[in-house]
Amino acid sequence: MKTRQWIESVLSLPSFGWLVLFFAVPTVLVFALSFKSAEYGGTLGTGWTLEAWRHLANPAYPPIIWRTVWLSLACTALCLLFGVPVAYWIARLDPRWRHRVLLLVILPFWTNFLIRIFAWRTLLHPDGHLKNLLVHFGWAEPNTQLLYNNGAILLVLFYTYLPFAILPIYAAAEKFDFTLLDAARDLGATKWEAFRKVFLPGVRIGMLTAVLIVFIPALGSYAIPAVVGGPSSEMIGSKIVQRATLDRNIPHAAALGAFLTLVIFIPLGIAAFLRWRDRRVTRRSHGLTPGVTP
Amino acid sequence: MGAFIELQNITKRFGDATVVDDISLTLNKGEVFSLLGPSGSGKTTLLRILAGFIAPDAGRVLVNGEDITAMPPNQRPVNTVFQNYALFPHLTIRENIGFGLSVAKTPIDRVAEKVDEMLELVQMQEHAHKRPAQISGGQKQRVAIARALINKPQLLLLDEPLAALDLKLRQRLLIELEKIHAEVGGTFLYVTHDQGEAMSLGDRIAVMHEGGFCQIGQPAEVYEAPQTRFVAEFVGDTNLIDATCVEVENERNLGLSTTELGHIEHDLDSSRRAGGVFLANKAINLQPGDKAVLSLRPERLALRREPPPFAEEQNTVRGVIEDLSYQGSQTYYHVRVGERLLAVSKQHRRFLPHYTPISMHEDVWLSWFSNDGHLIITSRDQS
Repeated sequence: MKTRQWIESVLSLPSFGWLVLFFAVPTVLVFALSFKSAEYGGTLGTGWTLEAWRHLANPAYPPIIWRTVWLSLACTALCLLFGVPVAYWIARLDPRWRHRVLLLVILPFWTNFLIRIFAWRTLLHPDGHLKNLLVHFGWAEPNTQLLYNNGAILLVLFYTYLPFAILPIYAAAEKFDFTLLDAARDLGATKWEAFRKVFLPGVRIGMLTAVLIVFIPALGSYAIPAVVGGPSSEMIGSKIVQRATLDRNIPHAAALGAFLTLVIFIPLGIAAFLRWRDRRVTRRSHGLTPGVTP
Repeated sequence: MGAFIELQNITKRFGDATVVDDISLTLNKGEVFSLLGPSGSGKTTLLRILAGFIAPDAGRVLVNGEDITAMPPNQRPVNTVFQNYALFPHLTIRENIGFGLSVAKTPIDRVAEKVDEMLELVQMQEHAHKRPAQISGGQKQRVAIARALINKPQLLLLDEPLAALDLKLRQRLLIELEKIHAEVGGTFLYVTHDQGEAMSLGDRIAVMHEGGFCQIGQPAEVYEAPQTRFVAEFVGDTNLIDATCVEVENERNLGLSTTELGHIEHDLDSSRRAGGVFLANKAINLQPGDKAVLSLRPERLALRREPPPFAEEQNTVRGVIEDLSYQGSQTYYHVRVGERLLAVSKQHRRFLPHYTPISMHEDVWLSWFSNDGHLIITSRDQS
């Protein structure tokens, strides 16, 4: 037992080291930098100060923070709304087709992320194909603005993160026992009730993973608002980049980044709690509680 | 009483294969009906048609005179006990059993009351708060039964409910199922490939093969008087002997000749007659030249070291023990007779210390009476 634990510790050292070096240390650095003062020209001042954190109270920030949060939430909701039915559909497909459709889901990853966003800019451009098509069918006015607004950001966020939502939900759906839906129907549930009361609880861990995988990166996105968003649809990510590269005010950028990290801990904490509760139930079910007799 | 569940000319095809072929069946109110068949016989498809998961290509399903063929599964007065229990893993035992009432928007206190009744019926009170993963297979099966019965279905479908359990537990649950049926009543359709389960539980049995019914009847009828070769072989063990009807001067018996069993003798009119002919009861009408197959159950054959004493209407053959397996309550022999290997089982009614059991390679005599076998007609003489 002890040897085994020792071997396990040794084997996990490389990944542990990796995490410390590229995750823990940078996070601590960002938090540390946020308590420094900034000099002109991008250098750091001496001593510690709360100036950068106080700067977060800048009246320009709350709308940006609010926009970042609601765009990320909306994106997560949309990804779930589309991801769950798609995952359900793929899991019920004939196995021969299942892998082909899964390949289609991950096909966009073959193309560079930035190229795909720029492609959206071309599509949504006032003279772009999508715009022309919509106008042609009378679904849009010639002066409708498709680009440089919150809608464009949400659309591209949704487009980018949908595969990340489908995959974990599909992984859960693939293990789901579909005769349970028959059982629910047999007992009087409508199709929708069976889906809601039996399928959704059955894939909840997959949905939880999808929420984390979509919501957290969406909060920190900056390339998408930079390319398809306008000056009035900035997100926190855009501001961090602006503070670090244009203003050359590293402490301000660090404070914003640290703030974002703290915000991310909220859903992460909730997810960790739910998983812990779930594992406790499973562990009990494996007979570790006395009094379970066959 | 009388016709309660009616299946009228049900047919279902999957591609080119006709899985259920023009089946009609009537179930009486309150009866337990066993549907017995090997895998692939179409019994599961028929069950799913009754539950409403599959629409038949032709035919109608009636419950109490009402046509439910087009009714979705959630509206049917039919509930199912699934083969692998299909309990909802995220719900407790209590919530599983109450599921049917909850989706029917029954008031909570009423649900609680009914669930308590069901928990008591299946003796699962102390497990009510557990999840399915925390209870054993037999307990899961009880919960599945309770969950299906809480809606008071007109028809309860049981899809091989005991297949995943071990023998002892299966026997116990069979007895429990009978008790539950006695207590709650209702019409049960029990689908299984196990003839023991089908016979012990069913008031009647239908033997299904290749999408159709071979025979419908009471368990003893099906076992003792199989109407087809398939039924004789599938329900219990048997020896099938092909024979041709010949002239015999007797009003109660038919004479049948076969080349399969070598030297056959029969006892008639105070004399033992050789000549390769055995006697069979005139239960069916056969004319000389007609072909039939005799189904002779292993337990009906008497096995002796000495020639059997003369007895009117007795058939006798000689053989050699080629294989035997001692099974405690009985010994199972394979006896080489002519060109055939006959299965014979001998009950150990008493065990005498001085008795030397019949062993391998011994020469033995086998005998049976004309009413011990059952004749199945295979073809009429065309000449």
